[in-house]
Amino acid sequence: MANEERKIQAPQPNPETKAFWDAAAAGRLMIGRCTACSQVHYYPRAICPYCLSDKTELQQASGSGTIYTYSVMRRAPIPYAIAYVTLQEGVSMMTNIVDCDLDKIKIGQAVRLVFKPSEGGPPVPMFTPV
Amino acid sequence: MSIKGKAYIAGIYEHPTRKADDKSLAQLHAESAKGALDDAGLTRADVDGYFCAGDAPGLGPLSMADYMGLRLRHMDSTDSGGSSYIIHVGHAAEAIAAGKCSVALITLAGRPRSEGQATGTAPRATGGGAPDTQFENPYGPATANMYAMCAMRHMHQYGTTSEQLAWIKVAASHHAQHNPHAMLRDVVTVEDVVNSPMIADPLHRLDCCVISDGGGAIIVASPEVAGSLKRPKIKILGAGEAPKHQMAGRVDLTYSGAVWSGPAAFAEAGVRPADIKYASIYDSFTITVLMQIEDLGFCEKGQGGRFVSDGNLISGTGKLPFNTDGGGLCNNHPANRGGLTKVVEAVRQLRGEAHPAVQVKNCDLAIAHGTGGSLGTRHGAATVIMERE
Repeated sequence: MANEERKIQAPQPNPETKAFWDAAAAGRLMIGRCTACSQVHYYPRAICPYCLSDKTELQQASGSGTIYTYSVMRRAPIPYAIAYVTLQEGVSMMTNIVDCDLDKIKIGQAVRLVFKPSEGGPPVPMFTPV
Repeated sequence: MSIKGKAYIAGIYEHPTRKADDKSLAQLHAESAKGALDDAGLTRADVDGYFCAGDAPGLGPLSMADYMGLRLRHMDSTDSGGSSYIIHVGHAAEAIAAGKCSVALITLAGRPRSEGQATGTAPRATGGGAPDTQFENPYGPATANMYAMCAMRHMHQYGTTSEQLAWIKVAASHHAQHNPHAMLRDVVTVEDVVNSPMIADPLHRLDCCVISDGGGAIIVASPEVAGSLKRPKIKILGAGEAPKHQMAGRVDLTYSGAVWSGPAAFAEAGVRPADIKYASIYDSFTITVLMQIEDLGFCEKGQGGRFVSDGNLISGTGKLPFNTDGGGLCNNHPANRGGLTKVVEAVRQLRGEAHPAVQVKNCDLAIAHGTGGSLGTRHGAATVIMERE
């Protein structure tokens, strides 16, 4: 494992996503939920991608999930693992798998939420093997 | 209304440059346009429709119409990344069928190599205000690792192997040896591919396409115009296009938008995958080819690895000769967008103008298919089916 941490580009919140990143700063991962059609979605948005209703809200995710797929980028100053993790709630999100041996990551592996600081922005939700 | 038989590919051109330090972007577009017009036997004054995508400078059709002195009555700047130009062929046929233009010019050009872009391994800048950016860029999505995640899942779900993917590059290299303009002309083996350095697991360096400058152009013409020219008539039979995305979090990276664009194009053309004599298949990476071949219906889903193995894509030996110019894997990938050159090589095959060593015998029906954007996030699939008349 590299001692040096990869620098994480700061997300740029906008009026639509400020609440998501405020929650991240408080250590909570949120997904989108529509109260009109009851579907959950990710990334969260103000307009439901299932029914275009504006009756959407943020719902806290459990933070548990499994690795849907991943890849370790070798051509980088510090190799890193990008992944899609499928949350217990059913949606998959792009993320990084961190704090582990990158060569031992497996599809289907159970992971849990951690937050990592970004370069001058809110902390970013990532996952580590359970 | 169908576009079947309503328009013809009358001119093609692939710019020979692979590194254009001494040329501007607009100049490469215009040189490509001139090349395609010369090929067709038409002049600038004949062009009344113009199509370009995000690689064109400035305000796209406005800037390029200004630069080339075009007088237009139709323009279209649909951008689906590297597949844009395959979409443009379909849109040009639609516009011609609707009487909106009679000679459509499509151009592509770019200088990523001269500009020193780390095209595949550095996170790409996305358009300002893209809603997904803040949920993705912190994680370091490049191009290579996005396609690599598709390959990793395909391997997990279907048992696809690195050696099977390598056969795609091997086939491309067999074709590229005959192309004097190809960046990589050495024939490689499966071992060469799997022993090349790992870029983003499970994709090796030789699973990735080249980075090149270059350009190209296509002329789509009405039946009346095409009939007046001295070139073989390449009829457009059908086209399809579709975006695929993350589906609000129901992510499934095992298939591409070709599952929609392909059947639409085949239905319009009235032909089946088994009828196709030659296929240009977008090859940003080996996995791109494998997934598209499955999704277009050339084999069952999940059987792509077996299908591409043992030289099945090599012209003269395989059942589905593909990318006989060497494709993006060996020849070029101008502007990081390989869709236009896919159409160009398919037209060469249909005309009988491919290199004799790779020319498919009696090649009367061909497909060109592309994926633009990223297979790992959101992409535009585009298919066009063409016939020699």
